[in-house]
Amino acid sequence: MGKRINKEDVAHIANLSEIEYSEDEIDEITVQLDKIIDHVAKISEVDTSKVSPTSHVLNISNVLREDNPRQSIEHKEALKNAPESSDDGFKIPKID
Amino acid sequence: MKLISMKAHELHELIKKKEIKAEEIAKEHIERINEADKKINAFITFKPEEIIENAKKIDKYIADGGEVKNFTGIPIAIKDNICIKDVNTTCASKILADYSSVYDATVINKLNKHNYLLLGKANMDEFAMGSSNENSAFGPVKNPWDLERVPGGSSGGPAASVASFEAVCSLGSDTGGSIRMPASLCGVVGFKPTYGRVSRYGLVAFASSLDQIGPFGRDVTDCINLYDVISGHDEFDSTSLDMKDIKDYGYKHGQDIKGMKVGVPKELMVKEIDSEVKASILDTIKILEKNGADVEETTLPSIEYALSVYYIIAPSEASSNLSRFDGVRYGYRDKDAQGLREMYRKTRAAGFGPEVKRRIMIGTYCLSSGYYDAYYEKAQKIRTLIIDDFKKAFSKYDILVGPTSPTTAFKLGERMDDLLLMYLSDICTIPVNLAGIPAISIPCGLSSGKLPIGFQIMADTLREDNIFKAAHFLESEINWKITPKI
Repeated sequence: MGKRINKEDVAHIANLSEIEYSEDEIDEITVQLDKIIDHVAKISEVDTSKVSPTSHVLNISNVLREDNPRQSIEHKEALKNAPESSDDGFKIPKID
Repeated sequence: MKLISMKAHELHELIKKKEIKAEEIAKEHIERINEADKKINAFITFKPEEIIENAKKIDKYIADGGEVKNFTGIPIAIKDNICIKDVNTTCASKILADYSSVYDATVINKLNKHNYLLLGKANMDEFAMGSSNENSAFGPVKNPWDLERVPGGSSGGPAASVASFEAVCSLGSDTGGSIRMPASLCGVVGFKPTYGRVSRYGLVAFASSLDQIGPFGRDVTDCINLYDVISGHDEFDSTSLDMKDIKDYGYKHGQDIKGMKVGVPKELMVKEIDSEVKASILDTIKILEKNGADVEETTLPSIEYALSVYYIIAPSEASSNLSRFDGVRYGYRDKDAQGLREMYRKTRAAGFGPEVKRRIMIGTYCLSSGYYDAYYEKAQKIRTLIIDDFKKAFSKYDILVGPTSPTTAFKLGERMDDLLLMYLSDICTIPVNLAGIPAISIPCGLSSGKLPIGFQIMADTLREDNIFKAAHFLESEINWKITPKI
């Protein structure tokens, strides 16, 4: 069993990530994620009590513009890559 | 001289004097790609008929008196995560294999104003995640110096195409070293601008706070000229900068480096460094010293944590950015799935490759309830410490220098089974992205195994001029003339 991450954790993260894994894959990725997370957990040793998190590297604050309407992509263009579409919309399987 | 061996600025002179036509240049490059790319695999999309057609249009434009700008008629390869209207943008992923872009990226708009010639879309690690170009759904790219070795990543195609004379220049993207590292391994020049200099509009997002588009070329001049075209403020990218650039700082070609203050961060001479790489870097530093630069060793203590910080922040941002690939609006969809959520899960399971899924999983974990503070927020705080280290250094030095990659090109497959060893490939380039500063890699030597070594030059945010000054000077002193025999 891993030091930081076990199979149940991986199943939970896979659920949040919307990715399907087989049982064998779960075993494999548990070992890999545990190794990576164990490596990056090294950051816990740094004292950051007086430090603020980075937002933008050049300290740029929010950028706003006037909310003027302008031409955007045509319906037909926006739909051209859709796996399935009908009329003016994207078609999806039944919501369960 | 064969046209394929010429730099963009040399071809430009000939086009301007009407001594050659864009069509002739295009034909030579197509011929070269037809012959070499069977081995290199640098291109995902390559359409010779369209290239010739476009070259003819450019020739007509010139014949009709159109202005010949620096990149008019110059064949350029574009990394396949940059959108070009009605051209496929695959990100080297199965999930976007048939995706046709609906708009032009800002960098493409800017190049179109020069009437550049699109050569094709260049291979890469899937969604720019990787250091060897082995994570491509379209097969790995090979290093032109040794076909059994990797070109580096993630911009392996853009680097290898320029190194093998298939393309004159190319555009890549750099999130943790994805331009500089392959430039180093392929023996070409690769430049990552200050975060915000080049618009990310139309670049498929990997880690938005780190991603930056930049140029590859076979010399520093081509990279500077290409940077000059693609940079500048863009209202379509809210992180884009509208600030003083190289000309405002008085940059001119061919300045000497007397009195330049150069720091050598001891932490970048990592313990994993090859002895030959180290010797070549030290020799290059001596050239700076000999020509009047003030060189001294310095320290960036917090970059010890850079790799860990990067492998929290980049996957976290990626897990959020890549949630848009869900089989609804574009790309691959698992058609047999029952119900919406099963469709999401099966689509993403089959559409993404193993490394991309791994990073989505790491990022989701670091952002998940109960772990956010310990990982993501903590990493962003240490990132502030890393930025402060660089700020302190740049209050004393004009540039910092060191290796781009601790090793020369490694063998295909060599690091695929050891994730942490693969991640270590970017240890010298990652701190730059975390701090948002600009950096270049230029070829500085050849190992005994005849593989190129790259020298990295870094400067403070917005001070690309200092990098160009040092890079241009070193280039003329090193006088790199060796090319791969492919």
